Amino acid sequence: MGYTLNFAVIWANLDKLLSGLALGLGLALGAVAMGTVIGLIGGFASVGPSKLGRRIAGAYVTVIRNLPILVIVLLAYFALPEYGIRLDKVQSFVASLAIYAGAYLTEVFRAGLVSVPKGVVEAGRAIGLTRFQISLYVVMPIMLRNALPALGSTFISLFKDTSIAAAIAIPELTFQARKINVESFRVVETWIVASGLYIATCLVIAAGLRSLERRFPKF
Amino acid sequence: MELHVRPLLQIQTLHKRFHDVEVLKGVNLEVREREVVSIIGSSGSGKTTLLRCVNLLEEFDSGQILLDGESIGYRIGGDRRRRLSDRALSRQRSMTGMVFQSFNLFPHLTAAGNIMLGLRKVRRLPKDEARSIAEKWLGRVGLSQRADHYPSQLSGGQQQRVAIARALAMNPKLVLLDEITSALDPELVQEVLLTVKSLAEEGSTLLIVTHEMRFARDVSHRVVFMEQGQIAEQGPPAEIFGNPKSPRLAEFLRSARS
Repeated sequence: MGYTLNFAVIWANLDKLLSGLALGLGLALGAVAMGTVIGLIGGFASVGPSKLGRRIAGAYVTVIRNLPILVIVLLAYFALPEYGIRLDKVQSFVASLAIYAGAYLTEVFRAGLVSVPKGVVEAGRAIGLTRFQISLYVVMPIMLRNALPALGSTFISLFKDTSIAAAIAIPELTFQARKINVESFRVVETWIVASGLYIATCLVIAAGLRSLERRFPKF
Repeated sequence: MELHVRPLLQIQTLHKRFHDVEVLKGVNLEVREREVVSIIGSSGSGKTTLLRCVNLLEEFDSGQILLDGESIGYRIGGDRRRRLSDRALSRQRSMTGMVFQSFNLFPHLTAAGNIMLGLRKVRRLPKDEARSIAEKWLGRVGLSQRADHYPSQLSGGQQQRVAIARALAMNPKLVLLDEITSALDPELVQEVLLTVKSLAEEGSTLLIVTHEMRFARDVSHRVVFMEQGQIAEQGPPAEIFGNPKSPRLAEFLRSARS
């Protein structure tokens, strides 16, 4: 006897999967927002004039990129309380993911910054813009445009990485799917639907990013 | 009665070295208001570096540059000199305009946006006023119809004319033009040179580094020949091109012609 597909239980629990999906998106969004701030600081530091700044940014990227995301999450959730830093599950996960994302985004922004032509910066200086104004009105927009494709794939990876949150019992999509699986024994159906939801969401994010890219002028 | 007019730009015994190569070896040059001065010379003679020192894109080691009587880049007290703060440098840079060989337009801004950025952020003009100044200058360089085009949608010659408009719109006391036709296809050179010529005729003060000898001859009041970090010869274009005194200038002109 083969396995007969029966999706009835899954459809009955679809609201849980969808709420898990929404929570996952929320986690990713929070991590992206914080990670972008970290990445911008890290990116500017890694091409900046301060040697100390470049060293710190380099060390941060090296350490974080050589750690599995699950280890970072567990470290933050289980080890930090030993030092009196108590965060709830969601806070600790978003912070972990943000720190993880920040390392990758530091590299993305660094590459974007390096790609800004030197002459354009000089043109900004020549008309009398200050260093800060040049960063804000000239370097940042060009860098973001150049970094947009890499940013997009990082954002999509981050969304997928929210499944790691299941490891500390945050009820996002993977956690919900596992629960339904355990309760209903519909192994195949559960993971097919969960996979479909992940794929569909990633495709929607990718399409959104592409249309954003098209709205920027080409150069 | 003799009228003494202080030169707009005074470059005095300017020295500049890159590591152990001395690029400028005591350059003295004065430019009066409304004067058009072209600097010619082979590559490596220091002419571009000289221009970049005037716009403070390069630091220099000794000597001084006065613009309208104000010491540029450094505060000199007694025998000490200190580089000015970033903010003071920015203010001084806005007194000169610079047009680059490679245009260097801001790629994320339209033609009008390129011109407006400095007007808005440096001169702090309101948006509509900046826009109307930008449109006026785009008209002056013959690009009224291209105000909302991005640089990537413009030809090289058009980009360079936008760059000229961007520099001029800031109302600088002095405009520096650094080999502005060198990166252009031959058929686009003329439109840019005609634009510069019209600026010269309207009384802008221009300091030009160029490889276009015919243009230097047509547009300048005075031509300066630089050789190995020094000014080797200068004079009215007719003399420089018609009756070069130093053998090196004669040699340079011969090789430039061929």
